[in-house]
Amino acid sequence: MMASTYNAKEEDGHHSGAVGPGGPGTIKTKKPDNTAFKQQRLPAWQPILTAGTVLPAFFVIGLIFIPIGIGLFVTSNNIKEFEIDYTGVDENSPCHVCSNNYAWNNTVPCQCFIPFTLSQPFENNVFMYYGLSNFYQNHRRYVKSRDDSQLNGDKNSLVNPSKECEPYRKNGGLPIAPCGAIANSLFNDTLELLYNFPNSTTIEIPLTKTGIAWWTDKHVKFRNPGGNNNNLTAAFAGTTKPVNWRKPVFELDPRDPNNNGFVNEDFIVWMRTAALPTFRKLYRIIHKNKDMPTLPAGNYTLAVTYNYPVLSFDGRKRMILSTISWMGGKNPFLGIAYMTVGSVCFFLGVVLLIIHHNYGSRSNNADIPN
Amino acid sequence: MAREVGETGEKDPKIKKQKKKKSKKEGKTRIVHANLLYDNAKGEENPNRHYANNKIKTTKYTLLSFLPKNLFEQFHRFANVYFVFIALLNFVPVVNAFQPELALAPVVFILSVTAIKDLWEDYRRHRSDKEINHMDCLVYSRAERRYLEKYWKEVRVGDFIRLRCNEIVPADVLLFSSSDPDRLCHIETATLDGETNLKQRQVIRSFIDLDCEFDPSKYNSVIECEKPNNDLNRFRGYIIHRNNRRDGLYKENLLLRGCTVRNTEEAVGIVIYAGHETKAMLNNNGPRYKRSKLERQMNVDVFWCVIILLVMCLFAAIGHGLWMFQYGDKRPVFDVPSPDGMDLSPVLSAIYLFLTMIIVFQVLIPISLFVSIEIVKICQVYFIHQDMELYDEETDSHLQCRALNITEDLGQMQYIFSDKTGTLTENKMVFRRCTVAGVEYSHDANAKRLALYQEVDSEEEDCKSHGGTLPRRDSVTSHQSGRVVLRSQSTKSHRRTGSRAEAKRASILSKHTAFSSPMEKDITPDPQLLDKVNDGASQMEFMRFHSTGLSQIPSDLNDIIDFFIALTICNTVVVSSPNQPRQKVRRFELKSPVKTIEDFIKRFTPSRLTSGSNSSSLSSLVTNRSSSHRGCSSVLTSPSAESTLTKLDEVRQANASTLSACNSGAGAGIGTLDHHFSTVPTSVDGLKSPWGGVVEEGELRYEAESPDEAALVYAARAYKCSLVGRLPDQVTVELPHMGKLSFELLHTLAFDSTRKRMSVVVKHPLTEQITVYTKGADSVIMDLIKPPTDDSKGKRQKKILYKTQNYLNLYAKDGLRTLCIAKKVMSKEEYARWLQHHLQAETAIQGREQLLFESALRLETNLHLLGATGIEDRLQDGVPETIAALRKAGLQIWVLTGDKQETAINIAYACKLLDPEEEIITLNADSQEACAVLLEDSLHYIQAKFMCGTSAEHSTTTTTKAFQNQHNQHQPFTAFHLPPFSCSPSGPSSSSSSCSSSAAAMAAAAAAGPFLVHRLGLVIDGRTLAYALDQSLEDKFLAVARSCRSVLCCRSTPLQKSMVVKLVRNKLKVMTLAIGDGANDVSMIQVADVGVGISGQEGMQAVMASDFALPRFQYLQKLLLVHGHWCYSRLANMILYFFYKNAMFVALIFWYQFYCGFSGSAMIDQWYLIFFNLMFSAFPQLITGTLDKDVSAETLQELPQLYMSGQNSEEYKPYMFWMNMIDAFYQSLVCFFIPYFAYADSNVDLFTWGTPITTLALFTILLHLGIETKTWTWMNWASIAFSIVLFFTVALCYNASCPTCYAPSNPYWTMQRLLGDPLFYLLCVITPLTALLPRYFYRACQGSLFPSPVQVGRQLDRLPVEVRRNLLSLNWMKVGSLGSLFGPRPSIFPFFASLPRGCGPRSQKARLTPSSLSSSSSSSSSSPSSSSTSKKPEAPGSAAHSPSLETGPSCPGSKQQTADQRTSVQQQQESPQQQESPQQQGRGRPHKQQQSSGCNQPPSHSPSPSPHLNSTGATPHSPPTDTDTLPYTKEPRHAKEPPDPLSVATVGEVDFRPRSSMTSTPLLQPAAAAQGEGEGGGGVGRRTQGSGAQGGRDYGSDASPMHRLIPQGSGAYNSTQESDLDREYALKTTPL
Repeated sequence: MMASTYNAKEEDGHHSGAVGPGGPGTIKTKKPDNTAFKQQRLPAWQPILTAGTVLPAFFVIGLIFIPIGIGLFVTSNNIKEFEIDYTGVDENSPCHVCSNNYAWNNTVPCQCFIPFTLSQPFENNVFMYYGLSNFYQNHRRYVKSRDDSQLNGDKNSLVNPSKECEPYRKNGGLPIAPCGAIANSLFNDTLELLYNFPNSTTIEIPLTKTGIAWWTDKHVKFRNPGGNNNNLTAAFAGTTKPVNWRKPVFELDPRDPNNNGFVNEDFIVWMRTAALPTFRKLYRIIHKNKDMPTLPAGNYTLAVTYNYPVLSFDGRKRMILSTISWMGGKNPFLGIAYMTVGSVCFFLGVVLLIIHHNYGSRSNNADIPN
Repeated sequence: MAREVGETGEKDPKIKKQKKKKSKKEGKTRIVHANLLYDNAKGEENPNRHYANNKIKTTKYTLLSFLPKNLFEQFHRFANVYFVFIALLNFVPVVNAFQPELALAPVVFILSVTAIKDLWEDYRRHRSDKEINHMDCLVYSRAERRYLEKYWKEVRVGDFIRLRCNEIVPADVLLFSSSDPDRLCHIETATLDGETNLKQRQVIRSFIDLDCEFDPSKYNSVIECEKPNNDLNRFRGYIIHRNNRRDGLYKENLLLRGCTVRNTEEAVGIVIYAGHETKAMLNNNGPRYKRSKLERQMNVDVFWCVIILLVMCLFAAIGHGLWMFQYGDKRPVFDVPSPDGMDLSPVLSAIYLFLTMIIVFQVLIPISLFVSIEIVKICQVYFIHQDMELYDEETDSHLQCRALNITEDLGQMQYIFSDKTGTLTENKMVFRRCTVAGVEYSHDANAKRLALYQEVDSEEEDCKSHGGTLPRRDSVTSHQSGRVVLRSQSTKSHRRTGSRAEAKRASILSKHTAFSSPMEKDITPDPQLLDKVNDGASQMEFMRFHSTGLSQIPSDLNDIIDFFIALTICNTVVVSSPNQPRQKVRRFELKSPVKTIEDFIKRFTPSRLTSGSNSSSLSSLVTNRSSSHRGCSSVLTSPSAESTLTKLDEVRQANASTLSACNSGAGAGIGTLDHHFSTVPTSVDGLKSPWGGVVEEGELRYEAESPDEAALVYAARAYKCSLVGRLPDQVTVELPHMGKLSFELLHTLAFDSTRKRMSVVVKHPLTEQITVYTKGADSVIMDLIKPPTDDSKGKRQKKILYKTQNYLNLYAKDGLRTLCIAKKVMSKEEYARWLQHHLQAETAIQGREQLLFESALRLETNLHLLGATGIEDRLQDGVPETIAALRKAGLQIWVLTGDKQETAINIAYACKLLDPEEEIITLNADSQEACAVLLEDSLHYIQAKFMCGTSAEHSTTTTTKAFQNQHNQHQPFTAFHLPPFSCSPSGPSSSSSSCSSSAAAMAAAAAAGPFLVHRLGLVIDGRTLAYALDQSLEDKFLAVARSCRSVLCCRSTPLQKSMVVKLVRNKLKVMTLAIGDGANDVSMIQVADVGVGISGQEGMQAVMASDFALPRFQYLQKLLLVHGHWCYSRLANMILYFFYKNAMFVALIFWYQFYCGFSGSAMIDQWYLIFFNLMFSAFPQLITGTLDKDVSAETLQELPQLYMSGQNSEEYKPYMFWMNMIDAFYQSLVCFFIPYFAYADSNVDLFTWGTPITTLALFTILLHLGIETKTWTWMNWASIAFSIVLFFTVALCYNASCPTCYAPSNPYWTMQRLLGDPLFYLLCVITPLTALLPRYFYRACQGSLFPSPVQVGRQLDRLPVEVRRNLLSLNWMKVGSLGSLFGPRPSIFPFFASLPRGCGPRSQKARLTPSSLSSSSSSSSSSPSSSSTSKKPEAPGSAAHSPSLETGPSCPGSKQQTADQRTSVQQQQESPQQQESPQQQGRGRPHKQQQSSGCNQPPSHSPSPSPHLNSTGATPHSPPTDTDTLPYTKEPRHAKEPPDPLSVATVGEVDFRPRSSMTSTPLLQPAAAAQGEGEGGGGVGRRTQGSGAQGGRDYGSDASPMHRLIPQGSGAYNSTQESDLDREYALKTTPL
C-alpha cells in the first residue's frame, strides 16, 4: 500500500509536470478567494426602471424646474437692455455714408451720430457693448492666429512671433506686434454716449475703459514686454503695427500706461475670441451715480467714429446698453427652458402614472398570490 | 542549432525553409547518426547538426525584437493604422486641427497598452517554455559512460536517452531497448490523442533479441527516416547496420514526445526528432485568432461610423466651400489667408477642410473602444477565472481562459458539439448489473454503493464519525485481517473527502494501471449470485475430485461459472502487481514451455497438456512453475514497502495454503499439478482463505485496453473469479474453491468494430474442451446464438433468450453499456477444421485481414448464451442536468464521439441527450449512394410525419409502410450488421431489431403518447458521416440533422468531427461551441467558434487547442448561462454605449460647424477632445462593462431561457446601433443648443462657451451610462464620481497651469471663472436632464409595458429569495405566466416581448441570415415555456377548451398571421369546445394536442377523436411524468380572474407558445415547401403558400405535442409567427 502510495505521489508530481508545460502558465493558484468582489457578489443597488419606480422622479423634476424657470424668467425680464444697430446699411441711417466709405486703411476717421431714446431709466451699472453679427471670430484659422507668448510680453516672441501668426507675422521684415489675424482685425470704432438733456444741452456720459476684461487676462495673460517699464515705445522698438491698424500698439491708450500696449483692455477683450458669429463684447462700463439712475430715460446720441468695415461680409455692428443681473445679461431662454422641461416632465409623469395605474398595479397584485 | 522557431504561426514557413535547406543536403529523408560517435567533433562534423534541438520556444518576441515586431503586429489592426494616419495628418500644417504632439498621445497610449499586454502574455509563454525546457531526462554520455541527467533542452537528435517509468518522453525517440521481457514499452498517449489506454511500443527488430542491456557505445548504425511531419500515426524508416543490413522502422518503434512511459521500468532509445520538429509540436498549432461574433457585428458598425464620419466631413467640406464662396473675392477679415498670404480658393480649402474634419471628428471612430474592449475582456476573464463554482477542488484547477478575446461569444452559442468519453463521462466503467442464464442479478448493494459515491459527492460530508467499516465491507471481509482495516480506512477516506475527489486521487494513485478507478474495483457482489457462484464452484470442485463430468452440475450453475470465466479471460487485460508497478507480473517463466505448447498447437494436436496429470514431465514442469510462483510472490511482496500488516497477512495466507496443500494432497493424491491448482484449500475453514486470496489478488492491477474490460474483470474478481496472470498463450484464473486454473489460450480474436465482439479460444482445464468465449454487443451476439431446439432444453433456452433480451432492453434503457457473453464448445474436429482455415488466413499474404475476419465469423456461430452485463460509464456529475439546462437555454447539442454506436447511444440516453420516448433515426450506410438514399428517406420520413394525411391512422400507416419499403429496398446498400434505418426507439439492443419490429415499436411508442413522433434523434456512424459530409449530400444531411433534437455521430474521426462542426458553422451560420478532452477533439475545438477543452486526466492537447479549459463538463452550464450571458450583455451594452458616446460627443462639434463657417473649429478644447474618451469618460464604462449584471447568476441558472437573449443578439441588434446614434444626435443637439441659446448674443468667448458644453456632455454621458447600468455597486458610484472629479481636477489644473501655453485655446482660468457663474450650474442641471428625458422615459415604459425576458429576470431577482424560489418552482417552465406577473400588459408576455417587435427575433434573424434555418431550430427544440405549457394540458384539471382564442391573439403585436395559421385556427374553431370559458390557460392545449395527435398519428395510437375525452380527465396521452402539470393547475391567478379578454389573450399566448415553437424545427418547412412547389406546377405561388400553410399548420399541431414532452421549453422566445417563418423557410430553403 504505502509503496504504491509513494509511487503515486511521485507519479503525481510527474503528472503535474506534464500538465504544467502544457498550459500556458501553470496554474499555481488554489481555490479562488471567496470574496464578494471576486465572486461578483458586491452589494449593489439594482434599480429597475418601470413606470412605478421612475414616476416620482418625473414629478419631482417637474415641480422643481417650473419654479426655477419662473424665477429665471422674471430675473431676465427685469434686466434692461437697449440695442442700436449703427452699421448704416439703411440709407437713412446717419452712418450710411461712413459705412460706404469704409476701408481698413482710411486715414480720415468718419464720424456719425445716432440719436436714440431710452424710455426707461437704467439703474445700477450699465454695461456698454458693441455687437458684431456675421463676424466669424471662431473661424478655425482665425482663432489660431495669435501668439500668446508675444502677448505675454515675451521678448523673443516679440521679435520672432509664432508661425501661427502667418501671414500676419511680419510686415516689411519687421515682426508685427501684436501679430496674427485676431489682433489685426481689432475692432477700432470709437463709441461715445451723449445725453441730451431736455433742455437740449448735451453732456458726454463718462465711460469707464477699464474693468472690462477678465482680471486674469489683464494681469496674467497679457503683459507688455519689458515688464512695468513705462517706456512702451522702447519696448516695442523693432516691431511694426499690424497691417490694419492705424497706430501702433503702444499708442492704444497713451493716457493710461496701465491700459496701453498689450494690456489695453479693449485689445484684451477683442483677443478673447467670441464663440458664435453673432456676439457682443464689453466696451465700456457706466458706473452708477449715487443719486440718480445711471442712465435716466431720455434722449441720447451715440457718437460713432466709424472705422470698422463690416459690410463686405454682410456684418452688422451694434451698440448695446444693458444692466446685468446675477445670471448675466438679458436672456429669457433659460427660464423658458426650465419651465418647458418642467412641464414636460410633469406631463410625462402623468403619463407614467396612467401606465402604472393601468398596468403596474396589476403586476404588483399578481405577485401576491405567489 | 540556434534556429529560433518563433511563434506558431511563423513556425511552419521556417520549418519549410529549414527543410528546403536540408533537402539540398540530404534529400527527402532524415539521416540520424548517433551523437556518441561525434561527441568530440564539434559543430561542423556532426551529421545531426542541422536538426532542431530539443529546446522549444513558443514566444513571439525577444527583448530586442519586441518593439518593432509588436508594432508591426499592431499595425495589422486597421484601426491602429487609421489612428496613426490621423495623428500624422496633424503634422501637415494646412489641415492640422490639434497640436500634433497632442494628437499622437491617444495612439501612443493605445499602442503601449496593447504592447504591455502582449509583453505579459509573451512572458507567460516564456516561463512555460522555460519550465518545459528545464525538465530532466537521462542522456547517455560517452565520456562518463553512463546516463546523465540533462535538461530537455539539451537533448539533441542522435542522443541516447533512457526513460524510466512514468517519465514523459522528451522528444521523438526510437526505441532500442526495454526492460520489459517482451521487449515492449508501454506508453500512454493521453497528451497526444487523449486515449488513456496503454499502447505498446516495440523495440526495433534488430534489438529485440538483444539479451544483455543495450549499450549505446556499441551502437553504430545509421537511421534513415522521414522528414519531420505532423502525422502522429505514421513513421517510416529503416536502420542500416554496420553490415549493411536494413531493418524497417515503424510507428510501433517510435515513442512520441509528450507520451508517458508506463509499466516499463526502463527504456532506451535514440532521439530522432527533437524540439519543434517532434510530431507533438508539429501538431500543436497555436490557437488561431478568433474574432467574436459581437466583434464582427461591431466592426460592421465601426464601418458605419466611418461612413457617418465621411458624410459629416463631406458635408462640412461642402459647407465650407459654399461659405467661402458666398464672400466672393472680398475676403472677410476673419478669413485668414494661408500662411504665405495667398487666398485659398473655396474648392481647395474645402478639400483641406475635409481632411481637417477627419481629424476633428476622429473621435467618432472610437480609438479607445478597442482598448476598452480588451481591458474589459481581460477583466471578464479574470472574473470567470475567479469563480469558485468553476473551480474543481480535486484537481485544483480553475477554468482557464486561453482566448482572451471571445468571452462574449460564450453568451451567443447556438450549437454545442461535445465529445463523449471523458467529456460527458468520466471514462470510468462501473459494473452495475448482470443477467446470467436468464436470471437477473440486480446488484442492489452495488447500486447503493454507487449511489453512496454520488451522495457523498454531493454532500461532502465529514464522515470521520462514521468512517468505520461499512456493512458491505463486512460482507466481503468477515474476518479480522489487518488488510481489512487498511481497506476500511481507504473506504473511510472515500467517504470523507467525497468519492469523486477520492476516486480521482486514487485513480491518480493507480495511474499506471489504465482504467481502474476505485469504483471499478470496488464492487459489491450480489449475494444471490455470489451464493450460486460458490455453489457452482464447489460443485465443480467436487466433480473434479470425483472425475465426473461437469454435465451433472445444474446448467444454470454451470452457466454462471462459465459466465465468470468468460468475464475473466475474454479480454486483453494485462495483470501487474502494484508492488512493482514498473514490471509486469511474471509469475511463471514460461518461455520454453510456451513454445512447445505452441508447437503442439501448430501441429494441431490440441492435447491435454495443461490439464496435465497425464504427463509427468509436464507435471514436474508445472511444479516448477508453482514453486517459481511461490518464490516470485515472496520476492514480489517482500521488497514492497507494505505495512507489516500485509506481511502478516501474507504469512497467514502462506500458512493456510500450505496447510491446505497438505490437506488436499492427503485427500486425493492428485499430484503436484493439482496441488498447484488448489493452492487454496477447499476445506470449510478454507472458506476464509479465498477471501484472503482475493485480498491478495486485490493487489493486482489490471491494465485494460478499454475501461469496460477492466470493469468486467474487476466485477468477476468480486465473485472470486480473479484473473491472476495473462501470458501470450495462457491465462490463469483463480476460482473459488478450485484455486488457480490455467486456461490455455489458443486464439484471441480481437475486438473489431465491424464484428462488434471479441472471442477467445481456450482449452478448458477442467473439461478439456476447446471452448470459445465470446463477448460482444448484444445486437450481434443475440443473432449468433444457436437457435434453440424444440425439446425441453431448447424451450428453456428460448426462455432464457427471451428474458435476457428483456433485461438487455432494460439495461439499455438505464443507459448501461450492455455486453453479451456467450460461449461455444467445439469438438476437436470442428476446431481442427476451423484452425486449418484460420492458419491459412493467418499466413495469407493477400487480403489477410479479410480472411481473418471471415475466419472469425466462421468461429463465432451457434453460440450458447451465458448472460449479459450492464456496465455504466459513469457520467460526470451533473451532466444530464447541464445538458437539460443547456437545452432549455436553446442550445442544440450534438455529440460527436469516436465510440461505438451502442456505447454512444447508451451514454446519450444516460445523459438525457436522447430520450427513451424519442425516436431515433440511425444512419448506417455502406456507400455514397446508400447514404444518399438514406438521407433522402429520412427527409421523406420526417416530412411524412409532419405532413398529415386526411386520417391520422391512415397517414401513419402509410408512412410506416413506405418506410418499411424503403427499408427493404435499401437493405442491400446498408451495412450488414445493422438495419439500414432503424426507426425503432433505439436502445442499443433494439438497433438490431428488424424494421417490422421497429415499426411495431413505433406503434407502441405511439400508443404511449402522441409526442413521440417529433422527438427525433439522429444517430450516424463515422462511415456514413463520411458520405454524408460529401458536398453533394451535406445539405441533405444538415436538413435531417437539423430537424432532430439530438444528433449523435459515432465512430467519427477527429477530422470528421471538425468537418461536422465546420459544416454546421458555415452552412447554418450559427455559433458553435466544441467541447472535448482529448487530442482527437482538437481539430473540432479549433474549428468551432469557441473551443472548450476539458482539463481532465486526458492530457492537455485539447486544452492547448481550446479557448477555454474547464475542469468538468458541468461547469459549462455556468460558463455559458451565466458568464457567457454576462460577458455578452456587458460587452454588447458597452459597445453600444461606446458608439453612442462618441457619436454624441462628435456631433456637438458637428453642430458647431454651422456657426463657425464650417471652418473645422471646435469649441471644445483639444485636450478635452482628445482625452475625453481616454480619461474622463472611460472608467465608468469599464466598470460597468466589467461588473454589470443584468440578471443575477442564480436566476440565470434557474431560467436558462434567458440565455436566448444572447443567442438572438438581443442586446445588440443592428437597429440598436442606429437607435443609439439617433439618441446620440438628439442628446448632442440638446447639449449644444441649450448652451447655445443660453449664451446667444453674449460676450462669451469660444472656450468659455465650449467648456460648459464639454461638462454637460460628460454629465449626460455619465447619466446615460447610469440609466443603462443595472447594478450599482460602490465601484460604479466611485467610478462615476471619479470621472467627474477627474474632469474638474484636470480642467482646473489645466486651466491654471500656464497662461500662454496650449494655443490656440489658451484656456487660462476658464474653468475657474465658470465655476463662479451661476449660469453654468443652471445649465448643468437642465441639459443632461433634457437630453436623457426620452431615454429615461422609454426605459420606464419598456420596463412596464413590454419588458424583455431579461428585465423580467431582473425583476425576479429583486424578489425575496423564497418568493423567487416559489415562483420559479411553481412556474418553472411557465415563463409565460411569470411574464404575466411582471408584465402588466395583458397580451404581452415578457418572454415574448420580442413578439410585438416584428414577432420575433427569430424571423428577424432568419432574415438576417437567410441560410440559417437553424437559428430557430436550436431554440425551438428546447422551449421551456412550451414544454411547461405543453405538459399542462395533460393535467387532469385542465379541461379542453377553445383553441381559437389562443391562436388568435397569440402574437399580440403582430398582424402577420398568415393563412396557414388561420386555417388552423378555423379548424380548431370547429371543435365544440370552443365556446368554453377561456379562463384556464392550459385548456387550449389539449385541443391542439388532440388535433395534432389526430393529424400525424403514429399508427397504433387509437385516435381519440373527441377532445371531450381529455376534458373528462381521461388523458390517454398524458406523459409519464406529470410533475410539471402541478404548478400549472395550481396556478391560482387565472382561475380567479374573470374572463377578461385581455387575460385570455395572455392565456392564449401561453398556450400558443408550444405551437409556435414549431418554427424551431425549420427543417420541416423546407420539406413541406419543397413538396408544395413540386406539386405546384402551374400556380406555383399560390400553391406554395398553400402547402406551406399546410405544412406549417401540421407542423404546428405536431410540434406542440412534441414540445410538450420536451421538459425544457424555450419556444417562448421563438414563438414567433410560424407562418412568417414558414414562408421564409419555404422561400429560402427550397434550394435545399
